[in-house]
Amino acid sequence: MTAGPALLDAPSRRRAGAGLRGIETLDPTDVGRSERLALMRSGELGSVHSWELVTAVDGPGTRLTVFLSGCPLRCLYCHNPDTLAMKDGEPVLAEDLLARVARYRGIFDATGGGLTLSGGEVLMQPAFAARVLRGAKELGVHTTLDTSGFLGANATDAMLDDTGLVLLDIKAGDEETYRRVTGRSLAPTLRFGRRLAERGVKVWVRFVLVPGLTDDSANVAAVARHAADIEAVRPGTVERVEVLPFHQMARDKWAGLGRAYELDDTEPPSAEATEVVRDVFRAHGLTTY
Amino acid sequence: MTIDTARTTTAGDTTAAWQGFTPGPWCDEIDLRDFIQRNYTPYTGDDSFLAGPTERTTGVWAKLSAMFPAERERGVYDVDPHTPAGITAHGPGYIDEDAELVVGLQTDAPLKRAIMPNGGWRMVEGALKTYGYPVDENLRKVFTEYRKTHNQGVFDVYPPAVRAARSSHIITGLPDAYGRGRIIGDYRRVALYGVDALVAAKKVDKLGLDVQPFGESVAREREEHAEQIRALGELKEMAASYGYDISGPATTAREAVQWLYFGYLAAVKEQNGAAMSLGRTSTFLDVFIERDLAAGRLTEPEAQEIVDDFVIKLRIVRFLRTPEYDALFSGDPTWVTETIGGMGEDGRPLVTKNSFRFLQTLYNLGPAPEPNMTVFWSPRLPRGFKDFCAKVSIDTSAVQYESDEQIRPAWGDDAAIACCVSPMAVGKQMQFFGARVNLAKALLYAINGGKDEVTGKQVSPAFPAVAPGLPLDYDDVRARFDRTMDWLAETYVEALNCIHWSHDKYAYERLEMALHDRDVLRTMACGIAGLSVAADSLSAIRYATVIPVADERGIVVDYETDGDWPAYGNDDDRVDAIAVELVESFMAKIRSHKMYRDAVPTQSVLTITSNVVYGKATGNTPDGRRAGEPFSPGANPMNGRDTHGMLASALSVAKLPYDQAQDGISLTNTVVPSGLGRTREEQVANLAGLLDASVGSGGYHMNVNVLVRETLEDAMEHPEKYPQLTIRVSGYAVNFVRLTREQQLDVLSRTFHGGL
Repeated sequence: MTAGPALLDAPSRRRAGAGLRGIETLDPTDVGRSERLALMRSGELGSVHSWELVTAVDGPGTRLTVFLSGCPLRCLYCHNPDTLAMKDGEPVLAEDLLARVARYRGIFDATGGGLTLSGGEVLMQPAFAARVLRGAKELGVHTTLDTSGFLGANATDAMLDDTGLVLLDIKAGDEETYRRVTGRSLAPTLRFGRRLAERGVKVWVRFVLVPGLTDDSANVAAVARHAADIEAVRPGTVERVEVLPFHQMARDKWAGLGRAYELDDTEPPSAEATEVVRDVFRAHGLTTY
Repeated sequence: MTIDTARTTTAGDTTAAWQGFTPGPWCDEIDLRDFIQRNYTPYTGDDSFLAGPTERTTGVWAKLSAMFPAERERGVYDVDPHTPAGITAHGPGYIDEDAELVVGLQTDAPLKRAIMPNGGWRMVEGALKTYGYPVDENLRKVFTEYRKTHNQGVFDVYPPAVRAARSSHIITGLPDAYGRGRIIGDYRRVALYGVDALVAAKKVDKLGLDVQPFGESVAREREEHAEQIRALGELKEMAASYGYDISGPATTAREAVQWLYFGYLAAVKEQNGAAMSLGRTSTFLDVFIERDLAAGRLTEPEAQEIVDDFVIKLRIVRFLRTPEYDALFSGDPTWVTETIGGMGEDGRPLVTKNSFRFLQTLYNLGPAPEPNMTVFWSPRLPRGFKDFCAKVSIDTSAVQYESDEQIRPAWGDDAAIACCVSPMAVGKQMQFFGARVNLAKALLYAINGGKDEVTGKQVSPAFPAVAPGLPLDYDDVRARFDRTMDWLAETYVEALNCIHWSHDKYAYERLEMALHDRDVLRTMACGIAGLSVAADSLSAIRYATVIPVADERGIVVDYETDGDWPAYGNDDDRVDAIAVELVESFMAKIRSHKMYRDAVPTQSVLTITSNVVYGKATGNTPDGRRAGEPFSPGANPMNGRDTHGMLASALSVAKLPYDQAQDGISLTNTVVPSGLGRTREEQVANLAGLLDASVGSGGYHMNVNVLVRETLEDAMEHPEKYPQLTIRVSGYAVNFVRLTREQQLDVLSRTFHGGL
């Protein structure tokens, strides 16, 4: 898979909603589509869904999490289905986003936090992501990349050097389940994981536990093995594993988007079942929550 | 103010009592700050030294706890309907006489409430009838025919404009029928100096007044000093009824707590103030505890036991109030606010082991809304204390935080909070509590040319209303609003001047003021409610298209809004600047008026929980809020409109300038525990980090609730299972199960920030 320009899809409208309050967006009537695409290729412009200041969910401390629009996967349990299409995001200049990052430096210092790029799939917009991560690093801000790893090849080595932590979402343990869950292939994610370890980038592995979809014990065991394999490449790489119980908070989003949602009737896993899965990871010596 | 007279009369006792203390100016004049600074021991360690409850503590608390269900059921446990309250009105009372380490109750039995008719007879009579107690005919005669009350006094001097504003609920919650409260006596003085020295000092002050030629203010001060001296005498008498001679200083830690508590008890025996705050006592008391610990006279469990027993007493302060009053204030609050921590002006933390012990009572006795534990937070506080505070918040939701970085520069390092967020230098400053005006409703008056959108009455001066059907123009609406705020500020200050003139005359806080310096800084504490509704409404008018809709009376009662607009609470400067400008502009208008007793005007952005009541009295607003819907509490953004996380919300609020709202800016947040981190250590570190970030960004106040939604829902259905469930509302804490169902639903509907 080559790096992303061909995948770029210029956002064309300002999204009504609360997503980007306080960050300047480009007025599409001022800047034409081809100009916007050129800006996106150069990394100066991104398609952004929203931002939030969050604690304890997207990396250490309190973080500015920026959700980019556009994703190559179609996960059945996606909890941000409103970020799937890049054209639905808002056009944001890297410098405007970085202005917000700079504004929160004091907060990152006080809370041990930083910037997290999430999505969508950040690596759909590798030039923009690289530009923002670089800018944040220059500001002295800790950076985190939240990704499925499927487009890991889009991440240049220079970009990884600007990334303090990767939240690597391993959505299933074998090709068949991975394809059933996401519509895509698992191999790129595992390749990316090994590459992160080789380059010395810290990783938090994430696994979403969905009853009836990902909770099969063979699948869980395989995901745990993959996590352990990454750790084996360079011990200390996988700082923690987070087993995230599936929740139904996205049901309304799916309905609102008029998309078919296969997991309408799926219940969240019980606390006990989630602990059993965590123990599978712990058995590999991995710190797991 | 010297206490030389006292030293000569009780010199021997005083010297002995102060043995081991570092002397200084505090020895020659009343100067608590100097005493503390010279004698306290900062503690920078963690919570590992703390002791759990003793059997005795648990026994006394259990005895009281057994009485709470009946009190909750009936609204009151018991009332003495025959004895008007006073410092010496009731004989001694006990929970368990042999077991108590610190003694004294408001009446002769625990949870038995007294009547306090000086504020107003109607409130007393209303409460007695509500709870099924007889109304004493003699007393009715005394307080309606012979003895004028504060309530009567106010209404004799209110002009019609104030009455109209009051009855249309644009100015509400005014302390014109109840005690104003929010005065903190410096109860520490009783412990450090003993009552005789305080009387002597007041006598010297009075001599200074006696030599000044007659004038109304001189006469008033002379009379007040005479009352203060009388009250101090009664304080001694009351203590004597419990077998204590408090004419001299306390000689041990237990005595220091007891003396201090007698001072406070005298205040709550006499005054039904809306807030009867304690001050900043824990670090002061630590000096006595440290001395006894060092001398081997006291062990840590014994020290904790004394603090626990003291806090038990503070938890059962009760006033007889009407259900309407309780609806306004949520539950039955007394605001026994204790200020803990903070940094000294010299850079040493004012944290002592006793700061920890006070918070530890929330474990030893379980969570409770009172005393209102208030931590002055600074990013420079010692790590061990920060972590303990965060831990207590996570476990009990019973702590609120105020910015030491805002309060210390403004009021010094011996300031304390009265009520929720009002800071004042202890013993040197008092406030005239002014409730608040409804800014959102004022905006509707501006749109309707001064007519009330609910009643249709002309309340503020008439001018042409906006044209229905045409989009509202921001500049036009803002100019109208400005004009309405001019009227509002003028009417409001007039009301407050009337109230406090009358309160000083008919319900003067003689004991609390006896524990103040002679020359006191007075603030006129104005307040605004509905700030976020007003700011969002103006934002909608400015950034979207808002078309007013009139009813058959020609009054605008609704709005059609087309387009997106920035909402307050998302760290978006476009709208936050509107909120800031409203705060500045109203404060400037308040300042342009003359204040009673040359008070310094201030304002708060605080609703307590009357956000529900204010919302009820306010029609549809241009931000899309429906008529009757509650406002957000305090300076909080409207429910659900702050979509960028709790800290982004706090950062919007942090922009409100403290120097234009020196009576405080209240912010309440609720999080679920998992929203703070995966492990206990992570949760503690993240909460402490958030407080650092908030205070570091200019935030003034943060109420932190760490709760699971299901707990609150279950508590609504099964209140008996959660007698101690405590939640923070705007500036104080309440027992959740004592809220009205409407208030419980309001709390539930407010954003639960799942992640912060």
